[in-house]
Amino acid sequence: MKRAFKMPGFTIGFILAFTFAAAALISFIWSPFGTDGVDIVNKLHTPDATNWFGTDHLGRDIFSMIMVGARTSIAVAIVAVGIGVLLGVPLGLAAAARKGSLLDEVIMRGNDLIFAFPALLIAILITAVFGPSAINAIIAIGIFNIPVFARLSRGGALSLWTRDFVLAARVSGKSRVRISFEHILPNITNLLIVQGTIQFSLGILAEAALSYIGLGAQPPIPSWGRMLADSQTMVSFAPHLALFPGLAIVLTVLGLNLMGDALRDLFDPKLRRDRQ
Amino acid sequence: MLIFTLKRLLSLGLSLIAASVAIFFVVEIIPGDPARLMLGINATQDAVDALRTQMGLDQGLLSRYWLWVSGLLQGDFGISYTYRVPVAEMVQGRVWVSLPLALYALLLSTAIAFPIGIIAAAKRGSWADWLVMGGTQLGVAIPNFWFAMIMVSILALKYHLFSAGGFPGWDEPLAALKALTLPAVVLALPQASILARVMRSSLLDTLSEDFMRTARAKGRTARGAMVHHALRNAMIPVLTIIGLQFSFLLAGAIIIEKIFFLPGLGSMIFTAITQRDLIVVESVVMLLVFAVILVTFLVDITYAMVDPRLRRRA
Repeated sequence: MKRAFKMPGFTIGFILAFTFAAAALISFIWSPFGTDGVDIVNKLHTPDATNWFGTDHLGRDIFSMIMVGARTSIAVAIVAVGIGVLLGVPLGLAAAARKGSLLDEVIMRGNDLIFAFPALLIAILITAVFGPSAINAIIAIGIFNIPVFARLSRGGALSLWTRDFVLAARVSGKSRVRISFEHILPNITNLLIVQGTIQFSLGILAEAALSYIGLGAQPPIPSWGRMLADSQTMVSFAPHLALFPGLAIVLTVLGLNLMGDALRDLFDPKLRRDRQ
Repeated sequence: MLIFTLKRLLSLGLSLIAASVAIFFVVEIIPGDPARLMLGINATQDAVDALRTQMGLDQGLLSRYWLWVSGLLQGDFGISYTYRVPVAEMVQGRVWVSLPLALYALLLSTAIAFPIGIIAAAKRGSWADWLVMGGTQLGVAIPNFWFAMIMVSILALKYHLFSAGGFPGWDEPLAALKALTLPAVVLALPQASILARVMRSSLLDTLSEDFMRTARAKGRTARGAMVHHALRNAMIPVLTIIGLQFSFLLAGAIIIEKIFFLPGLGSMIFTAITQRDLIVVESVVMLLVFAVILVTFLVDITYAMVDPRLRRRA
């Protein structure tokens, strides 16, 4: 951890990501204003001392909406990555443990198949079938995380299966399942953390996109994507409506990507040697 | 090479079958009776039943799947529930918006990514490298629909350099290209950022290879070694990404087409979903997935032709 903070990319990324995570948490106990009250008299205020980021077309405080909206983005992305890890990693480990078997073939071809579907298109299809909601957005985004983690853990595991310590474990009579979880998994955690960070940021972008076209979190739950959609017709006379939610998305995603890249450099000895 | 191609063809066929089954069954569970939807709530049950028979909706799932797939194979995409015209006709009109848009964006993406990726790799650690790395990091983080809103409000609404949306058709090629320019730029930005990063890192890997030292030792200039030895060898991962990006651009433009009111395939699917026009949804999604699988297949075959080592691995 200490070494990570010596990298400027990681520190900047951490500060950005931490800020939004903190905003989401703080919003549970405090935000400058409520987000479900309509206050038409104070609509479309430009940013000032009372409303730091101004107010929207219904008079709601944009700063507070962004704080609460961070919850939606983060929750959707966390669960979507969780689905990918919980289903993808065991599949990938199983495929690697039985390399070349029918199981491996089925898992990998299944992955290819999911990759072949244009992700956003299928997300739209799923939300159209089951109705737009944050839950369906999570499922739609989560499905596409499964092959990502399956492939990654299979690749990482394959190179470990040839190592001596795995051979030793096999000689001592451990089953393939136990070896996968006790010896392989701990050694691919770094890979998973890096990919998890990247998928997390992709999840935030995907949630924003789905909410933007009206298929994500539904009103009155604030969401950055929908704030942007609402602001679309008013951009010419109230640009602050579009500016702040957009910046929130960009900075969160940027922060996560910077962290992910820094961690990859840190974990990958080959890159580290290059840097010196 | 023949065996490799045959194997790949087999897997292409299997993927297409699996994809068609998946699409068919997902779309089948969309609630709502298309026949009822077409005739409206005042239609008699008899009329609805008659239409269901005519559309083949009264048959079992399997035979309907078979009807759909065998139709697709003969170029018959079915008839739109909403517009009562053959889906193939609707697709034809729209493919000439989506395809040029995807190609335009891909062209922009490569045109931006190649030079800046090469400069960043050649001048590693310099301010130019930092600028490229920072800029591409930002390019990936900006949601393209937000970028689109900004571009429209500045370039279209404020300075009137471009129209805010719509498509004049290819009868006026210049106007058509102009109408596609903003959408293509918006689509290309994140793709160019990814591609530039791949270009840079792939080139950096190649530059540290032994054959590069040899090339320099036998008297090649840094630039000559870069052009003749490094670039060619760095292209494989770059080509993979370009292949992926093309499919992504073709299918992933739904939101952008919607923002710019472009009559492309993406906006067609979006409308079809809201209108419960299942046959359009099924056929167009299948068409796009087919395009993606085909591009992946072609990229694989191209590699194997270029690099014999890959044939054995498959």
